[in-house]
Amino acid sequence: MSASGGGPEFSAATSVLCLLFIALVPLAVAGLALMNTGLGRLRSASHSMMSSLCVFSVAVLVYFVWGQSLQGFAGEPARVAMIAGKDWSWLGRGSLFLRHLPLAGSPASLAALLGMVSVGIVALIPLGSGADRWKLFAACLSTVLLGGIAFPIFAHWAWGGGWLSQLGANCSMGQGFVDAGGSGAIAVVGGISALSIAWILGPRQGKFTLDGLPAAIPGHNAIFVLFGCILALAGWWGLNSAGSLLYAGVPLGRIVLVILNTTLAAAAAAITAAVITSVRFGRPDASLTANGWTGGLVASSAGCAFVAPLAAVAIGIIAGILVALSVEWIELHLSIDDPGGAVSAFTLAGIWGLLSVAIFARVPATAAGAADMAPAHPGQWLAQIVGIATLIGFVFPLVYGSNWLLNRFVSQRVAPEGERQGLDLYELGAGAYPETVTHGDEFSRGG
Amino acid sequence: MKLLGILLLLAGWVIVLTAITLLPSAIASAAFVWAGFAVEVLGLVLVIRAHLLSLGGLR
Repeated sequence: MSASGGGPEFSAATSVLCLLFIALVPLAVAGLALMNTGLGRLRSASHSMMSSLCVFSVAVLVYFVWGQSLQGFAGEPARVAMIAGKDWSWLGRGSLFLRHLPLAGSPASLAALLGMVSVGIVALIPLGSGADRWKLFAACLSTVLLGGIAFPIFAHWAWGGGWLSQLGANCSMGQGFVDAGGSGAIAVVGGISALSIAWILGPRQGKFTLDGLPAAIPGHNAIFVLFGCILALAGWWGLNSAGSLLYAGVPLGRIVLVILNTTLAAAAAAITAAVITSVRFGRPDASLTANGWTGGLVASSAGCAFVAPLAAVAIGIIAGILVALSVEWIELHLSIDDPGGAVSAFTLAGIWGLLSVAIFARVPATAAGAADMAPAHPGQWLAQIVGIATLIGFVFPLVYGSNWLLNRFVSQRVAPEGERQGLDLYELGAGAYPETVTHGDEFSRGG
Repeated sequence: MKLLGILLLLAGWVIVLTAITLLPSAIASAAFVWAGFAVEVLGLVLVIRAHLLSLGGLR
């Protein structure tokens, strides 16, 4: 695991492979877009895919204009504060439009490329929770805040040589905050935004009865959802592999372990969710199994390069249990309408992934490297807790506050008529399936 | 109540930050990090309660 200090040095072969891994990441974007669309209603399907494309584009552009300059990269210039005799890097100090980066295959330029597609994933996560009621224009504005402020700041702290990654060197907390593939920087940041959006928008019409009981509004296309899972796996292989090389400084040879762990965690989580739903409902539930799969991918990310394959299975099983049970609990007890299950699959599974590093990670005990692995330093627990506390105590108020403020100026929720009609017709003027009859509110009970 | 919850979240994070930057003793630092985290959990509970109350009002 790398802590603070300079960034990694790459051979030409490592740079090429890292580039190939980054090229896989857009598959995760495609997978999430399909999952969000499939879990939403038929009459908003085209709007969902259109929103995915638009928020991805906005996020990429914002990251290009100023996001990357805030994120920076380990070893690059940064804003540093000296407190009690120690240097703490708190923000990147790059130029706008990536002008400070020589785009010639250096690790810093590869990290900028990975950051650009990562911010696209972050932007897509809240679309799942705001499905069927979030205006396209408002979603794009919210993405500017998420991709231009919240994500790059936390990404600098965790990945760009910032103060979270310096906890090992400055406070003897193990290796510092470890989040190789983005359980925190991508999934929890996106999941926190999903929670904020679900709260600000409120539930869909007819989702809750007058006495607060939730009504089932099933997703319209399980094929999209399950195919999206497979695409997301390929994307997460790239995300975890490139993140491990660039942000955790693992050697190229350990990428086999990264891909193996990612796959095992997702598989274990999906099977666990399928078994749990079989036991509870008498048959496996496709959408909860897909959420479990996503939760496994998310939980695998933080420690993908530092845990044994058996530990990855355990991480996946716990993620599967967590997601399968929490989706219903959040809806029933917290009255949060989250059609995509993003709060469970990203926020909760991401936090679990961050904690799992402290429990399961094994780090090189000596300079000999991977052949001589030992359990992580006890201080690793504290580093991971500080990271999680930062996500809950800083990123959540920032994201919730900025979206609340945005909602005061631009109403983020579509008008009741638009929700009844479907966002496809109301905002885009045409449905995704023009030859199919769009049903009314047959699932609604109270609206 | 929601604002109070958000302020508690921020206060908890500030306690965590203060603990790691200013406290030299590892034990004291760890204790204050956990204390700050506990304050955040309290803030989160308040935010959730406020959300549930506002939904009840709407119904």
